[in-house]
Amino acid sequence: MKKINTIVFVAMLSLLTIPNTASADGFFSWLFDFSRTKGVEPVSNENYQEECGACHFAYQPGLLTGDAWANLMQVDKLEDHFGENAELDDEEVRTELLAYLKEQAAENSYYKRSRQITHSLNGEEIPERITDVRYIRRQHHEIPESLITDNEDVRSLSYCDTCHTKAALGIYDDDTVNIPNHGVWDD
Amino acid sequence: MKQFLFLLFIFLLLINQASHADNAIPEMMKTLNPEGTLIFDADHGQQMWTQEHPGKDGKSRSCTTCHGTDLTIDGKHARSGKVIKPMAVSVNQQRFTKTKKINKWFKRNCKWTWGRECTAQEKGDFLQYFQEN
Repeated sequence: MKKINTIVFVAMLSLLTIPNTASADGFFSWLFDFSRTKGVEPVSNENYQEECGACHFAYQPGLLTGDAWANLMQVDKLEDHFGENAELDDEEVRTELLAYLKEQAAENSYYKRSRQITHSLNGEEIPERITDVRYIRRQHHEIPESLITDNEDVRSLSYCDTCHTKAALGIYDDDTVNIPNHGVWDD
Repeated sequence: MKQFLFLLFIFLLLINQASHADNAIPEMMKTLNPEGTLIFDADHGQQMWTQEHPGKDGKSRSCTTCHGTDLTIDGKHARSGKVIKPMAVSVNQQRFTKTKKINKWFKRNCKWTWGRECTAQEKGDFLQYFQEN
């Protein structure tokens, strides 16, 4: 009995020593937070959510590598952001957002899909866009064009949250997919 | 009872304050028109709102491409499909509470739609249009 008490005590003590930072990633949150480590780390920066999320789904930093984010976030690239003007008036804001993106970029993340994204880029490729990432292309390979490009309510792979109902939470599992004009994805 | 009324009063006061976020349009207009020489015209704002301009993608574009013609209802981003909240001050007071934000969006959207930044007169006309709707 005494032994059990000691075990419980030590277990509780060890829980206390784990920093209580659900949003920050680190070895311990990766080790103990099983549900979150499956996908990509959710967006935690309010400015990022506001500046980028105003126009499109706020893609999680863990969907691209740091170099790819740095490429996207160059001043002249933001002026012509895939045909849109996404200029950030304030250079300070741009620097802050880039720092956030780099800090939580795929190669710095413990989340499963981020690791696979990094792995698929071989440490050399710098994709221009998230849909150019090999891992992401591969994951969507078996979905017929008729359900994506030819589907007027989907149009492109770029609109993650159109089909991935829990995309905002960083969850991209098959069982959370619901394709407009098609329904639940069942492979 | 007295205490209850007092608390109710405080409560209502707080609600009142929360629902009336400061409208930054008057401040914005002062910056656009420091000498008071410009007269802002909502009708002209409306005209510019629907004016079509040739876009880089070969299609013509105007403010309504994303915001729609009715300022009191949601618009939709032409590319991403994301919902854009109404522009009319009467239904969306939250939109115009920071001059910095207003400036940012004028810069981005004037450049995208017209290929250049808007002048002070044009910005003022737009704001007048948003305010009167």
